[in-house]
Amino acid sequence: MTATTTGTMPNRTSRVEATIARRRAEGGGALIGYLPVGFPTLDESIEAAVALAENGVDIIELGLPYSDPVMDGPVIQAATQQALANGFRLRHGIEAVAAITARVDAPVLVMTYWNPILQYGVDRFADDLLAAGGAGLITPDLIPDDAADWFAASDRTGLDRVFLAAPSSSDARLAHAVEVSRGFVYAVSTMGITGARSDVDSAARILVDRLRLAGATSACVGLGISTPEQVREILGYADGAIVGSALVKALSDGGVPALGELAARLAAGASGIRAAV
Amino acid sequence: MSLRSETGPYFGDFGGRFVPESLVAALDELTSEYALARVDPAFAAELMELHKTYTGRPSIITEVPRFAAHAGGARVILKREDLNHTGSHKINNALGQALLTKRIGKTRVIAETGAGQHGVATATVAALFGLECVVYMGEVDTERQALNVARMRLLGAEVVSVRTGSRTLKDAINDAMRDWVTNVETTNYIFGTVAGPHPFPAMVRDFQKIIGEEARAQVLSLTGRLPDAVTACVGGGSNAIGIFDAFLDDPTVALYGYEAGGEGVETPRHAATLTKGRPGILHGARSLMLQDEDGQTVESHSISAGLDYPGVGPEHSWLSTIGRATYLPVTDAAAMDAFRLLSRTEGIIPAIESAHALAGTLELGKRLGPEATILVSLSGRGDKDMETAGRYFDLLDEGAQQL
Repeated sequence: MTATTTGTMPNRTSRVEATIARRRAEGGGALIGYLPVGFPTLDESIEAAVALAENGVDIIELGLPYSDPVMDGPVIQAATQQALANGFRLRHGIEAVAAITARVDAPVLVMTYWNPILQYGVDRFADDLLAAGGAGLITPDLIPDDAADWFAASDRTGLDRVFLAAPSSSDARLAHAVEVSRGFVYAVSTMGITGARSDVDSAARILVDRLRLAGATSACVGLGISTPEQVREILGYADGAIVGSALVKALSDGGVPALGELAARLAAGASGIRAAV
Repeated sequence: MSLRSETGPYFGDFGGRFVPESLVAALDELTSEYALARVDPAFAAELMELHKTYTGRPSIITEVPRFAAHAGGARVILKREDLNHTGSHKINNALGQALLTKRIGKTRVIAETGAGQHGVATATVAALFGLECVVYMGEVDTERQALNVARMRLLGAEVVSVRTGSRTLKDAINDAMRDWVTNVETTNYIFGTVAGPHPFPAMVRDFQKIIGEEARAQVLSLTGRLPDAVTACVGGGSNAIGIFDAFLDDPTVALYGYEAGGEGVETPRHAATLTKGRPGILHGARSLMLQDEDGQTVESHSISAGLDYPGVGPEHSWLSTIGRATYLPVTDAAAMDAFRLLSRTEGIIPAIESAHALAGTLELGKRLGPEATILVSLSGRGDKDMETAGRYFDLLDEGAQQL
């Protein structure tokens, strides 16, 4: 396995990384909230993402609905299937990023399976995402081994590229993920798919420890996190906590008001964990 | 260079591994254990013994002159994978991967299935080796292949009816992947076709290439020369690769894959991936696939559940691109005509999947003429399709009549 980073990266500091570092310095950690574009409608998904930021979510993870989402559990599958049935198009994802970044300062990362990007054109998508004010991509089914096109496009544009790290990953793979990721490394809390769980594995703590040994300064934990208590527990050792299905369910059940209320409670869990630096 | 020597992860531009990081360790383990097993004489001997005493290999070849009279008079020879235990070629691969599962030390296996043939084969080997078994099958397929659902349950497997997406094979694979990501520590995924992430395309091909290796020797012995053409149906493409592989380096042997043309490739209702698809990523590999402009997978259609898949194995995409094999669509109607024709002329009821290869062979024979010899992969038998055929030919009602 070889690092494919090149020396051509523009001098652009990752806003995601800066946000995470600032939240750490303030004595907490970053709260990252996931929502799919186009659910329940395109306009409402934009309002929902804005509500996340207005209620204390530090970084927005915007999912692009995809026909075959193998990393997603039932809640997100149902939401993204509805978005597709409503006529979601990839350009709506770019439009949503532009609309959200026009209204709030929180950085917006796009979470996407790889085939849609491949069909849109990796360079074209990177350019359009950058122009829309997007921060980068989280790629659940693209591993660094097969990501040459994305390395080139992200180096050229300076967009963040967030790769996943799993409890089952070898030390060598973790080191590589740390080396090539920009923004943060997405630590998968448990072996499995997205969806709320009553307890988040001790595997997450061990994985973050292993990522630290590999040199990670920006490691965020996702999968299965749904409560302020879990956010607080995770931010005791990680730099960020990622919440997805619980937010989607709140939006689905109670609309933007219920979503904002949950986001605010989760955000309270992300503050005042340690003394500010 | 030998075309048979490709071992992945890439076949030309196709293949690779587009999977969640969580699965990489399991795929690496499979790759390295398989690399050891394939050069281990004890592994090969155990598998060969099972082929001989359990599956009934070698499968015979049958020349079918009464059928061939409708194929321009060409000599038509069937490779009889339909006679294998469990009724199709799928058992060849399931046995190989079950032995590998034992070798790795896992106790639970999962599988996806379309027509149910791979599910039945996996449930069978799980029973044979005492492994826990869960089979994912789209709800549409559990309905049209109810008999195979009953067979799997009788063999002790749990059958999960998948209700997401198009509720067919592609969605069954998604759910099997989700299970694997969650339970990878105890579970091996016995993948049924030559698609999916590396090492599956190369490994499943290796477990299926016995079809062509046997058939090549059998045809040589019967006719004294190699066939002019080899034909097979292509869904994911495992029986096709299985029979093609031994002939890849024989330049005089033309290779034809017949994919499901459904209601016609000019309509949206087909599964003709190689004819109409574009390069993309589906189920862990880069290959040709049916998709819209945004890269969303398009739902396929075929009367045959086993060919109703919008993707295809990467080695087929490669063989198509380099021109070594030719892939053509066969409509539902043409396949069903060939299904009936083989039944009535030769007393052999093929699987509807295999009937696509037969339909293609009828046209090919007319083109090649009476001097030609065509070897056909008869990948499975049609018992499972009696319900579909009964309805299609109106054989089931009180008013049913001799056709």
